[in-house]
Amino acid sequence: MKVIKHSFDGVIVGAGGAGLRAAIEAAPHMKLAVITKLYPTRSHTGAAQGGMSAALANVEEDNWNWHAFDTVKGSDYLADQPAVDILCKEAIDSVVELEHWGLPFSRLENGKIAQRRFGGHTVKEGEAPAFRACYAADRTGHMILQTLYQKCVSMGVTFFDEFQVLDIKIDDGVCKGVIAYEVATGDIHIFEARAVTFATGGFGKIYKVSSNAHSLTGDGPGILYQKGIPLEDMEFYQFHPTGIYRLGILLSEAARGEGGILRNKDGERFMERYAPSIKDLAPRDMVSRAIATEISEGNGAGPNNDFVYLDLTHLGAETIKQKLPDITDFVRTYVKIEPINDPIPVQPTAHYAMGGIPTDVNAKVLSDETGTVLPGVYSAGESACVSVHGANRLGTNSLLDIVVFGKRAGQSMVDYVSSTKPMTLSDNAAEDLTNKIENLMEKDHSLEFSVPRIREELQDTMEENAKIFRTEESLEKQTEILSDLRDRYQNVTISDKGKVFNTELLEAIELEYLLDMSDTTVASALHRKESRGAHSRVDHVERDDKNWLKHSFAFKNGDSVKLEYKDVELGNYEPKERKY
Amino acid sequence: MDVKVNILRYNPETDRKGHWEEYILEADPDERILDLLHKVKWFDDGSLAFRRSCAHGVCGSDAMVVNGENMLACQVLVKEVSTPIKIEPIRGLPVIKDLVVNMDSFFDSYKKVMPYLINDGEPGERERLQSPEDRDRFEDTTKCILCAACTTSCPVFWTADTYVGPAAIVNAHRFVFDSRDNASKQRLEILKDVDGAFRCRTAFNCTSACPRGIQVTKAIEDVKRETLTIN
Repeated sequence: MKVIKHSFDGVIVGAGGAGLRAAIEAAPHMKLAVITKLYPTRSHTGAAQGGMSAALANVEEDNWNWHAFDTVKGSDYLADQPAVDILCKEAIDSVVELEHWGLPFSRLENGKIAQRRFGGHTVKEGEAPAFRACYAADRTGHMILQTLYQKCVSMGVTFFDEFQVLDIKIDDGVCKGVIAYEVATGDIHIFEARAVTFATGGFGKIYKVSSNAHSLTGDGPGILYQKGIPLEDMEFYQFHPTGIYRLGILLSEAARGEGGILRNKDGERFMERYAPSIKDLAPRDMVSRAIATEISEGNGAGPNNDFVYLDLTHLGAETIKQKLPDITDFVRTYVKIEPINDPIPVQPTAHYAMGGIPTDVNAKVLSDETGTVLPGVYSAGESACVSVHGANRLGTNSLLDIVVFGKRAGQSMVDYVSSTKPMTLSDNAAEDLTNKIENLMEKDHSLEFSVPRIREELQDTMEENAKIFRTEESLEKQTEILSDLRDRYQNVTISDKGKVFNTELLEAIELEYLLDMSDTTVASALHRKESRGAHSRVDHVERDDKNWLKHSFAFKNGDSVKLEYKDVELGNYEPKERKY
Repeated sequence: MDVKVNILRYNPETDRKGHWEEYILEADPDERILDLLHKVKWFDDGSLAFRRSCAHGVCGSDAMVVNGENMLACQVLVKEVSTPIKIEPIRGLPVIKDLVVNMDSFFDSYKKVMPYLINDGEPGERERLQSPEDRDRFEDTTKCILCAACTTSCPVFWTADTYVGPAAIVNAHRFVFDSRDNASKQRLEILKDVDGAFRCRTAFNCTSACPRGIQVTKAIEDVKRETLTIN
C-alpha cells in the first residue's frame, strides 16, 4: 500500500457546520488541513431545515436567559447549565456573524432577520411559544453549510476531499496526528498534526428508520472509543416526531411552528391531551412519545394503524410555498401527496445523538468522568457531548451548537498550537491501519459475513429493541444480539479487492463504528433505571433526580462496556417537573 | 415487480473501456433509483461504485444519467422511469470508476467566480438590513447544491470544458443580485470573458436537469444582461 506523509499543525476531521466553523477560526493562525470523507457541501448540516435559535428579539421581546431556561427544561435538566448559558448568550453574535458572511436569511418587512416559532422555545419561561428561530425558508442548514464553505473558499482553506480518517495517533497521552484513506486511489496518508478536531456528525444509521445520511456512522466517536476514550450520555438519542412514513425523511418542526397540526386516525388533535399549553410545539421527545402511544393504543392511521398525520392543509398555498417549500417538495416527490390539499403520513424517525465524545466548553476532549483533558484533541457539533442538550435537544439548537462550539474548537486549536512544538510521526505510523485493511482484503468473500447482512440486522433490531420505549427485557435481548453481531463482524468480508473507490471496504470499517455506537447506547440505556428526556423506560417511568441527575460515561472494556458517572452541573434552574 | 437495469460499468484497474452490465432486480415501484443501486451493491456486486449520502435530494452526491437525462438517483422513483433503466455517469467529466466522476474541474470553475460575499464596509454590531424584495431577487439561485447535473447536461460544456458552465454562473448570480455584495463588477468581468456566460446557447438542458428546480437558463440570461451594465 502506498503511504504518503503530510505535516500540518492542525487537522479538522469533517467539513459540516462545526468543522468548517472551526476551520475559519483556526486557518489564519496555523498550517491547517480539513479532511472530509465527502465533498464539504455534501455534509448533513445541509439537510437541516427549520432554523437556528437566538434571542434577537426581532419579532417580539426576548432575551437569552429565556432561551437558556427553555434549553435546560427541554434537556430534562440533564444539560450542564454553564454550557447552556454560553450557547444561548453567544447565539446572538453567531447569527449576526453568519449574516455578515453572507447567509441569506429570510427577512421581515423592516429588513431584519425573520424569526419563527419552534418546539419547546417560549417567552417568559413557558408563557407562550416564542419567535426565536432565525431561518432561511426551510433550508437553513443548507444556507449555513454553503455560507461557511464560501467563507472557507474565500480564505483559501486547504481541503482533502474524499479522504476518510480511520485512525488517530496518540502517544503517551499526547496527540500526534491522524491516518486517512484516499477514496479515489486507496492510498494511505499520514497527517502529522498536534491539534486534531473531530467534527464528524452523528450516527443515526444504527437505526432502520432515520433522517440521517448514509455517511452518518459515528466515525469520530468510534475512532476515539476504540482508543479508550469514553462516550458520554449515549442512552439519549432523539427521535424526530415527523419523518415521512417508512422513509424517515425529515419534515421540519417548522411545519408545526408555522401552524401545522398532528392528527390521529380520527382526525383528533391528540397533542392537546399530552401538552395542553403548547400542544404540537412540545419538545420532540414528548411529541414522539405521544405518537408512539397513539399508535400502540390503536389510534394510528392506515391499514396497519402505524402512522399519524401532519396536517398543513389549513395553512394555505402561499404560506406553504414561501415558508415550507422544500419539505412539501419532499412529500410530493416521495409519497406523491399534495400537502396543500391532503395531510401527510408521518412517524418518528431517528434523528440526533445528544451523546457523543465528552468535551468541556472549549471543545477539549475529556478522557474520563473526572474531567481529565486529552491534550490536542477536540470535538464539536453532533459528534461531541458538551453537554448543552442533556437528555433531549430542542429544535434549532443543533445549528447553534455547531457554530458556537465549532468556533470554540478552532480557538482551542490556535491556543494549543501556539504554545506547543510540532509533532512527528514515524513512517510506519499507518501500520495498524494498513494491517486492518490488508486483513479485510485477503479474506475470501462470503455472503453470510457481508457488511449489508450484518448492518441490516443491526438496524432492524436496534429499531425493535432500543428505540423510543425501552425495557430491561428489550435491552437485555439487544445486548445479546449485539454480542452475536460483534462475533460475526470479526469475520466480516468484502468482495471488492480493488484500490479505486472501494466504498465497500469503507462500509466494512464504518460498520464497526456502528456496532460501537450501538453497544454504548444499549449498555447506557440498560443501566439508567429512570425515564428522562429521550430515554423512556417502561419499567422505570419516573425521572429520578436523587440517583440519576448525572451524565453517563461509557468506556470500552474488552468486548463489553464499562459505565462511570459524573454529576450534572446545575446553575440558575433547579430541576422541576417538566410540564408543557 | 422485476426491473431490468443496465449500468455502464468501468473499473480502471481491469477495464480498458466501459461496458454495460444488466441486472434483474426485485423492486417496489415506490423505490428510488438509488435503492436499486444499493441492491446491486449490497446483494450482488459490492464493487459497484457511486456516490451518495443524504438520499433525499439535498446533498448533491448522486447526479447521474438515467435513461439519457441528468437527475439525482435519490430523487426519482422506479415508477417514474421507463424500463429497462439505463444508468450512466454524468458526461463531460473524467470517469474514475463506474458512476463516479472526477469533480475537480467543476469545483475549480465554481471557485473562479468568487462565490462568497464581498463587502468591505463596516457591517456594524447587528445584521445588515435587506428588504424581502431585495432578498427575493436571488432566492432561486441560493438553492444550488453543486451536484453538477446542470453543467454536465450542457452541450457547450461537452465540447468546451473551459466554459465555466451553468453551475458556476448560478453561483455568481447568487452574489451579483445580493444587495449586500459589492463585487458584482469583478464577477461580471470574469463572466464577460470568452469562457463566461456568453458561451451559453440557451439549450435549456440545465433548467430541465436541475433537481432543485432552479431556473438556470434564466439566471444565465440575467447575468448576461447585467454584464451589459458594466464598462
